[in-house]
Amino acid sequence: MAGQHDERQFPRREFLVKTLQLPCSAAVVTVLGPLALGSDAAEASQGDSKTAERYFGMGIQVDKCIGCGKCVEACKAENDVPREPFYFRTWVERYVIHNDGEVSVDSPEGGIRGFPREEREGDVLRSFFVPKLCNQCDNPPCVQVCPVGATFKTDDGVVLVDSDYCIGCRYCIQACPYGARYLDPRTNTADKCTFCYHRITQGLLPACVEVCPTGARIFGELNALASPLRRLMRKSSLQVLKPALNTEPKVFYSELDGEVR
Amino acid sequence: MEQHLERLQSAVEQISGFIYPNEIELHWGLLVVLYPYITGLVAGAFILASLEKVFKVKELEPTYRLALLTALAFLLVAPLPLLAHLGHPERSFEIFLTPHFKSAMAMFGFVYAWYLMLVLLLEIWFDYRADLVKWGEKAGAFKKLLYWVITLGSRDLSPEAVEFDKKAVHTITLIGIPSAFLLHGYVGFIFGSVKANPWWSSVLMPIVFLFSAIVSGISLVLLIYYVTTLVRRKQPDMACLDKLASFLLYALIVDFSLEILDFIHRLYESEESIGILSELIVSKLYISLTIVQILIGTISPLLMLAYSRFSRLPTELKRVAYFIAALLVQVGIFGTRWNVVIGGQLFSKSLRGLTVYKLELGGIEGLLTSIGLLILPFLILYILIKLLPPWPEASLAASESAAASGTTAD
Amino acid sequence: MLLVLRGRFVPASFGETGHYRADAVDVVAAQPLRYAGWQVCVECHDSEGAMKSRSFHRTVSCEVCHGPAAAHAEDVESQTPLIPRERGAECLSCHEYLSPRPTGFPQIIERLHNPLQACIGCHDPHDPTPPEVPESCSACHAQIARTKAVSHHLTLECETCHDARAEHRENPRSFLPRKPTAREFCGGCHSENADSPADIPRVDLRDHGERYLCWQCHYPHHPES
Repeated sequence: MAGQHDERQFPRREFLVKTLQLPCSAAVVTVLGPLALGSDAAEASQGDSKTAERYFGMGIQVDKCIGCGKCVEACKAENDVPREPFYFRTWVERYVIHNDGEVSVDSPEGGIRGFPREEREGDVLRSFFVPKLCNQCDNPPCVQVCPVGATFKTDDGVVLVDSDYCIGCRYCIQACPYGARYLDPRTNTADKCTFCYHRITQGLLPACVEVCPTGARIFGELNALASPLRRLMRKSSLQVLKPALNTEPKVFYSELDGEVR
Repeated sequence: MEQHLERLQSAVEQISGFIYPNEIELHWGLLVVLYPYITGLVAGAFILASLEKVFKVKELEPTYRLALLTALAFLLVAPLPLLAHLGHPERSFEIFLTPHFKSAMAMFGFVYAWYLMLVLLLEIWFDYRADLVKWGEKAGAFKKLLYWVITLGSRDLSPEAVEFDKKAVHTITLIGIPSAFLLHGYVGFIFGSVKANPWWSSVLMPIVFLFSAIVSGISLVLLIYYVTTLVRRKQPDMACLDKLASFLLYALIVDFSLEILDFIHRLYESEESIGILSELIVSKLYISLTIVQILIGTISPLLMLAYSRFSRLPTELKRVAYFIAALLVQVGIFGTRWNVVIGGQLFSKSLRGLTVYKLELGGIEGLLTSIGLLILPFLILYILIKLLPPWPEASLAASESAAASGTTAD
Repeated sequence: MLLVLRGRFVPASFGETGHYRADAVDVVAAQPLRYAGWQVCVECHDSEGAMKSRSFHRTVSCEVCHGPAAAHAEDVESQTPLIPRERGAECLSCHEYLSPRPTGFPQIIERLHNPLQACIGCHDPHDPTPPEVPESCSACHAQIARTKAVSHHLTLECETCHDARAEHRENPRSFLPRKPTAREFCGGCHSENADSPADIPRVDLRDHGERYLCWQCHYPHHPES
């Protein structure tokens, strides 16, 4: 499903990018000459990276999440994320749809300590947990708005932050539709999920995937033909968050409810 | 940092509904409210100045140089709130070294430099050059040197040279108008292009910003002109004030119409976000939007200006009415900036809840810093006025005879 | 001038692979590990690993319960991982009942499930299959057992009144125990002419309570209330 979706999208996206780049780079080359050449050439080559050998993504099976919060805990421990409940690279939300159709959502401390019993337990139409994290968009609005190139998409599709280069303007935080970014109070730079880049480049799983007790999170390479992620993509109908914004997330959800935003 | 965390903790208790956990911290505070407010004043003041040059509105001549200096004074301060708000101001030079051409914000440095260097400074230089030469001849040693430095040694006072100055000013103004549009339209684009934020994301945003900029610039120059004439114990030029008030009224009408269009459009389209935005307007933004921006800042001055402009009020009363209206407009425009910048961050991108903004008193993001940054352009303007008297009677090149009274009057 | 400045101050690796510092990728990738991954754990703890891999907990990685253990893997002597033994959060964060949890996922209500007993007393976390059928009724019906224990009926076995077949212990819902259905059953001890010890309270079944059943007024597990 999603594979097909991607292939259909690709030419249009490429077209858009190219058309936008044309006048832009023309203006840039004439005005600023060599200043832009390096970056422009590099960005052109970046366009091909979708077909790169390693291209990472994640699948989340909503119906398997038990809301234990182990992923949130592991993420904070692995990545030295501030312990205070205002800074999360990943968190878990609980959705409760009541009999009258009212939806209540909560995520106490990001779900790091699990969830208390809900108050209106007898009055539940359906309820479920949804783990959230940076969607590692293929068309990342945060990268688009960064004025200095301190946040970027690597060749393997992961969006990273260069904390030694970030000026702390927080435009990327405003531009992220998913609330996945925060300003690290210790460094005054933007920070976010890296898919545990230091782990996946060593062949390990991201910490949240490693500790998920029910296997609700599946990590892998989107282009590998035989991988648990690919298997999930074959078997389930997948959705992404806020598809209308055309961010092309690489975190895919199965069994996602329409109420999730 | 401890304090910071405590503040966030107390904000948690005031959240209504659900927000993403990272959204508890509100990232763009009062300093970022100041930035579009100040750049708006710059753009507006410049556009007012160009009315006199390009569109030959002769009544506005007394405010031409004043408007230019005002624009310069505020433009010099404009980047300071941004700089102060950065997490790493010492790295801000990166924006010039490795600007990301797809980022709206990366263009700030270039738009700013273009406007400051190529438009404002050049126009002021050409406009004042002849006067500077003449003032230099009469001044003491220190000032003489200073004026000589400012003229960059260009001392030709032949009619051809003065004519060239005039032509140059005219050309620069022609370039300057689109530049001023660019400067503030661009600021609107910074907000309007954030697709993640339904309160900001609107194609009308740059245009609304532009017209509110014109409104704020005209009213600021009106205020400064009125106050400076009083301080100099001169009689304000009533034709000029009337013209300013008329332009302010027209700009205000266009601005308000655009905002109403935006409002009706949102309401009529009634997208996914309409629920939470309605809740925002009737709760957290009620005072700053409905009361301050619309009632106090738009409708009251609109009525006051319309009435006093087209009725037979005594001149004294008229002037006071203009003054109060212009003051209210400033309050209203500040409210507009607040409602855009802060309002856009008070609701969750999950569209399920509202958060709070807590203004601090001290600290770099605090109220005192911002007040300081608002006073600073007036200090700069004071120095500029001392150095480059903008009053028509001070211009030696224009009329040799009025020279003596002009320089002493200041 | 801009070019000179640029050449001087722009980081060397900027723009090599895109509009960013290529070196930044290595900086992020060099971050130290905290979670070693279960593959590292089972290199030494092979028996636990083998046991777990055949159990219901086969998808549960070691560090879910034992905490981040990369430091332990580096230095086995001085760094010991968590070994949760108490009844508490480690088990309950997954197994306490919450309505959003998927149907079929094993959940308990902690308050009612063998209170005060350590989880690992009955369940081996490396092979958490419910160990055996409960020995006594109180394993499941703890609340009733506690109530009965402070009542005058404390000496009575559950089977005195309930006919519970052995299968009920394995499949409680499929084989429901029977309850008394008639007044005469209570009368077996409490009627005027019953053959029971003399200190048991007696009533005349013909005029006591008339057409009501006994347990409509008396709670059999705590009859004096």
